[in-house]
Amino acid sequence: MPTRVQLQNAIPKLVLAPSFAAILVFVYAFIFYTGYLSLTDSKMLPSYGFVGLENYEKLWKLPHWWRAVTNLAIFGSLYIVICSVLGLLLAILLDQKIRAEGFLRPIYLYPMALSFIVTGTAWKWFLDPGIGLESVMHHWGWESFSFTWIKDRQMAIYTVVIAAVWQSSGFVMAMFLAGLRGVDNEIIKAAQIDGASTATIYRRIIIPLMRPVFLSAFVVLAHLAIKSYDLVVALTGGGPGQATELPATFMYSYTFTRNSMGIGASSAIIMLVMIFSIIIPYLYSELRGGPRQ
Amino acid sequence: MSQASPDNAVRTNVPARVAIYIALILFAVYYLLPFYVMVVNSLKPLDEIRGGNMLALPQQLTFEPWSSAWSTAQIGVQATGLKPYFLNSILMVVPAVAISTLLGALNGFVLTKWRFRGDNTIFGLMLLACFIPFQIALIPAARILGLLGIAGTTQGLVLIHVVYGLGFTTLFFRNYYAAFPTELVKAAQIDGATFFQIFRRILLPSSGPIIVVTVIWQFTNIWNDFLFGASFGDFDSQPMTVALNNLVSSSSGVKEYNVHFAGAILAALPTLVVYIVSGRYFVRGLMAGAVKG
Amino acid sequence: MSFNKVVKLAAGAAVLALSLGSAKAADNVEVLHWWTSGGEAAALDVLKKDLESKGVTWADMPVAGGGGEAAMTALRARVTAENPPTAVQALGFDITDWAKQGVVGDLSEVATAEGWDKVVPTALQNFSKYDGKWIAAPVNVHSTNWVWISKKALDAAGGKEPANWDEFIAMLDKMKANGITPLAHGGQPWQDATLFDAVVLSLGTDFYKASMIDLDPAALSGDKMKEAFGRMEKLRSYVDDNFSGRDWNLASAMVIEGKGGAQMMGDWAKGEFLKAGQKPGTDFVCIRFPGTQGAVTFNSDQFMMFKVGDDKKKAQLMMASAIEDPKFQSAFNVVKGSVPARTDVPNTDFDDCGKKGMADLAEANEKGTLFGSMAHGHAVPASIKNAMYDVITRHFNGEITTDAAPAEFAAAVEAAK
Repeated sequence: MPTRVQLQNAIPKLVLAPSFAAILVFVYAFIFYTGYLSLTDSKMLPSYGFVGLENYEKLWKLPHWWRAVTNLAIFGSLYIVICSVLGLLLAILLDQKIRAEGFLRPIYLYPMALSFIVTGTAWKWFLDPGIGLESVMHHWGWESFSFTWIKDRQMAIYTVVIAAVWQSSGFVMAMFLAGLRGVDNEIIKAAQIDGASTATIYRRIIIPLMRPVFLSAFVVLAHLAIKSYDLVVALTGGGPGQATELPATFMYSYTFTRNSMGIGASSAIIMLVMIFSIIIPYLYSELRGGPRQ
Repeated sequence: MSQASPDNAVRTNVPARVAIYIALILFAVYYLLPFYVMVVNSLKPLDEIRGGNMLALPQQLTFEPWSSAWSTAQIGVQATGLKPYFLNSILMVVPAVAISTLLGALNGFVLTKWRFRGDNTIFGLMLLACFIPFQIALIPAARILGLLGIAGTTQGLVLIHVVYGLGFTTLFFRNYYAAFPTELVKAAQIDGATFFQIFRRILLPSSGPIIVVTVIWQFTNIWNDFLFGASFGDFDSQPMTVALNNLVSSSSGVKEYNVHFAGAILAALPTLVVYIVSGRYFVRGLMAGAVKG
Repeated sequence: MSFNKVVKLAAGAAVLALSLGSAKAADNVEVLHWWTSGGEAAALDVLKKDLESKGVTWADMPVAGGGGEAAMTALRARVTAENPPTAVQALGFDITDWAKQGVVGDLSEVATAEGWDKVVPTALQNFSKYDGKWIAAPVNVHSTNWVWISKKALDAAGGKEPANWDEFIAMLDKMKANGITPLAHGGQPWQDATLFDAVVLSLGTDFYKASMIDLDPAALSGDKMKEAFGRMEKLRSYVDDNFSGRDWNLASAMVIEGKGGAQMMGDWAKGEFLKAGQKPGTDFVCIRFPGTQGAVTFNSDQFMMFKVGDDKKKAQLMMASAIEDPKFQSAFNVVKGSVPARTDVPNTDFDDCGKKGMADLAEANEKGTLFGSMAHGHAVPASIKNAMYDVITRHFNGEITTDAAPAEFAAAVEAAK
C-alpha cells in the first residue's frame, strides 16, 4: 500500500517536527520579538511605540555598557585561554597512567555540577580579605600577606576569572582526556622508535591532533563566558562600583530592575550578534561536509 | 578504565612521575578548597565561625545546621527547611531529563540515518538554540505558558527545560550516531523493520555512553537552574534552587553561615552524586562522540 | 481493559476532581514576597495565622534576593502569563508602575469602610492610591535618615550626640583617633545611595525636594550638589578599605561589636542591635542624621493587590483589611523595627527609638517634610533611581571626581528620563 510507505517515509520528519517547531517558537520567534522590542519604547513591560534605533544610540553612550563590554573582553579571553591550557595540562598529566585517576578525575570535574548559587558564598568568603585567604595567612603567621583583589576596582574582574576557571576547567579536562584517549597508539609507538622525546611527541604529534577538541572547547567556553551571570551576581554583585559588570548582568538589570526593557533588549541583540559571530563560522565549517562517517 | 585506555603514556622516569603526582595533588587541592570550606563551616557553631579561621577544622562538631537547613530553616513565612522543595525539584527534573534525552536521541537518529534535504540547516538552527541567553526568553515564554494554561506548574517548568535542552541533547546524539554504521540501519530497513523498531532494537542498545553524558549534562543544568524556577514556579512548584536562594540571600537578620553552607551542600547533593557515580562513564561518553565535530 | 481497572481509574478521577473542586471553593490568597529571614517571616506569620483563623488559606511564594529585585522579575513573568498572585510585597514607584499597566485590583470598598484616607499619611497615599482608588495596603513606614552609634564609641569620642555636620565630622575624627572604623558601611549601590539621601537632606529639605523629587536640572548640577558629593567624599575617608560588597547587617555587626563607631542606615538596622541583646540608650544611640531632625525620608512596604477573579476577591479584601488592623500594624512593626503606616496606632509596645520614629513621622507629616527616599525607590522611578545609583557609586569608589560628579549626575538623570 503506497500510503503506508509514504507514512513510513514521513515518520522521521514527523519525529523531528515537534522539536524543531518548539525551537522555532521558543528560540527564533523570541529572538525576533526581542529584536522588535529593542526598537520600541518598552519600559517595565513590553509596549509597542516604535522609536527606531534610539535604544542602541543610548546603549553605546552608557559608560556602564562600555565597562561591561570591556570586562567581557578581559574576562572572556583570559577565561578561555586559561581553561584550555589548564584543561589540556591536566588531561596530559592524568593520561600518564596515573594510579589514582579514578579518584582524581571526579575531583577536577565536580565544580561543573554545582551552581554558583551554591558555591558563590564559599568563593566570596575565600576571596574576602577579612575572612578569606588573607585572614588565614595572617592566622598562620604570614602577617604581610595581602590579597585584596575582590575589593580592588582594577583587579576584581580577575577574581571572577579565578572562580570561573575553577568551575569549567575540569570539564575541558574531560574533553581533552577523551581526545587523548582517542589518539592512535601506533603513531606514538612509531615516533618513540624514531627516538623522539616525550615533549617532542606531545608538541609535534599529539597536541596538533587535538585541534577538534580545542574548537569544541572554544565554543563551549565562549558561550559560557558570554552568558556568565550567576557567577558575577554571587561573587561581586557587579562591584566594586561597576568594576565587574558583564553584558549578561547589564542586560538583566536594564530589562528587569531598571525598567528600561528597550535598552535591555538592544543589549541582548548585541550579545546575540557576538555569540552568533563566534558560533556560525564554526558551525559552517563543521557542517559543510555533513557528519563524518 | 585503565585497561581500555590506549597506551599513550610516554616513558617517564621516577622524578618526573613524582613531579606529576605533586602537580595533580596541588590541583586537586585547588578544586576541593571551596567545597572543603563549605563542609567544614557547616559543621561549626556560629560563634566559632565568627571568631575563627575559615580553614580550621571544627573544634565543636555540630550537625545542628544540617538538620536546620533540611527541616526547620526559614524559607518563607513558614520554617519548613529545604525538604518540601526537594520533591518539587525531583518532580521537575526527572521528566524533563527523560523527555529531552529521548527526543534528543530520536532527533540524532533522524539527522544522521534518515537524511533529507535541508537536514543540516535544521540541525544548525537547533544547535544555535543552545546559545540563546535565557533572560530574553523570560517574558515571551511566560506569555506562552499562560496561553497553554500551565503557568506556575511543574508541567510548565518541564516544558521549558525540555525545549531549551533540545539543542544540546540533539547535538550529543547526532555526533554519536554519526559514527554508527549506517549499513546496519539499511539492512534492518530491507528486512522490513520500521523506524521505531530500528531505533529501539539497534540504536538504543548501543547508546549507553552517550545517554550517560546527556543525562549528566541535562540533570545538572536543570537541577541548578534558578531563573526559570523563580519565574515560572509557583507556591507549590518552586524548585530547590529558589528555596536555597531564599535561605541564603534573605535581606536581614543574622547570617547563619553554617546553615547556609549545609543547605548549599544539600541542594548540590543530587548533582554531586550523579557526577561521582557516573563520572567514569562521562569521559568514555565524551570520547564516544560528544567532542568530535 | 479489565473492569477493575476501569473502576480504579474512575475512582482516581473522582478523587482528583474532588480535590480540585475543594481547592477552588476555599478562600485563598497567594502572596509573593521576599521576607524570608527569621524576624520578618515571623512577623508575616502573624498575618497568615490571622487570616487562617478567618478561613482564608495562605499560599506562600517567597522569592528573596536583591531587596525584592528577584521577586519583581518573577512578578513580571506571572503577570505576563496572566496568572498574577493575589498580593505582592512592593515598594514605592514599583506600585505606580504596575498600576499604569492596568493590572492592579481595587481596595476602595474596604478602604472607604475603614477610613484609610484619614489615618494613612498623604505621602504614603501617593503610592497606595492610583487614579483615586486604593490599590495597595501599606504595612509599615521605614525611615532612612538614621545614624546608629555605639554608645561606648560615642562616650570615648566625647559623649555628645552630634547635631550638625561639623560635630559629626569631629566625632568621626575622634573615633578614628581611637583606632576604630568610624563609619561602618557596606559598599553596595543602594547603601551608598542611602548615605547620599541623608547627605542631600542635611543640605536642606527644599534642596532634597528640588533635586531628588522634582529633578530640577539646576539643583542636580549646581554648587549645592557639589557640596553633597564633597560630603560623600569626606564620609568615604571614614570607611575601611574592606567595605565593598559588605552586607548592611555585617556593617551593623561592626558597630555592635565595637569595631565600628556609627552606621548610617534605615530603622531596620535596629533589629540587628536588639537581636544582639543591645538596649537603645545604654548600648547604642539612635539619632537622625545631623542636620535632618524634623524631616524624614521614608520607604514603605506595601502589599499591592492584583486584579483577581471574583472567587478570590473576597479573600483579597479580607487580607487588606487584616493588614490595616491596628493590632497587626503594632505587632508587625515592633518586630520589624519600622513604624506603623497608620498614624493612630498606640506606641505603647515600641521601644525608645520606635517611639521617636513615630513622633518624627507624625511631625514630618504635618510640616510637609516627609519625603520619599530616593535610595529606596520612593522618590523617582526605578530607571532614574538606578541612573543616580551609578553616579553615586562610581563617585564613592573614586571613579569620578567631586568636581565632575554634579554634571555627570544631571546628565545620567536626563538620559534615564
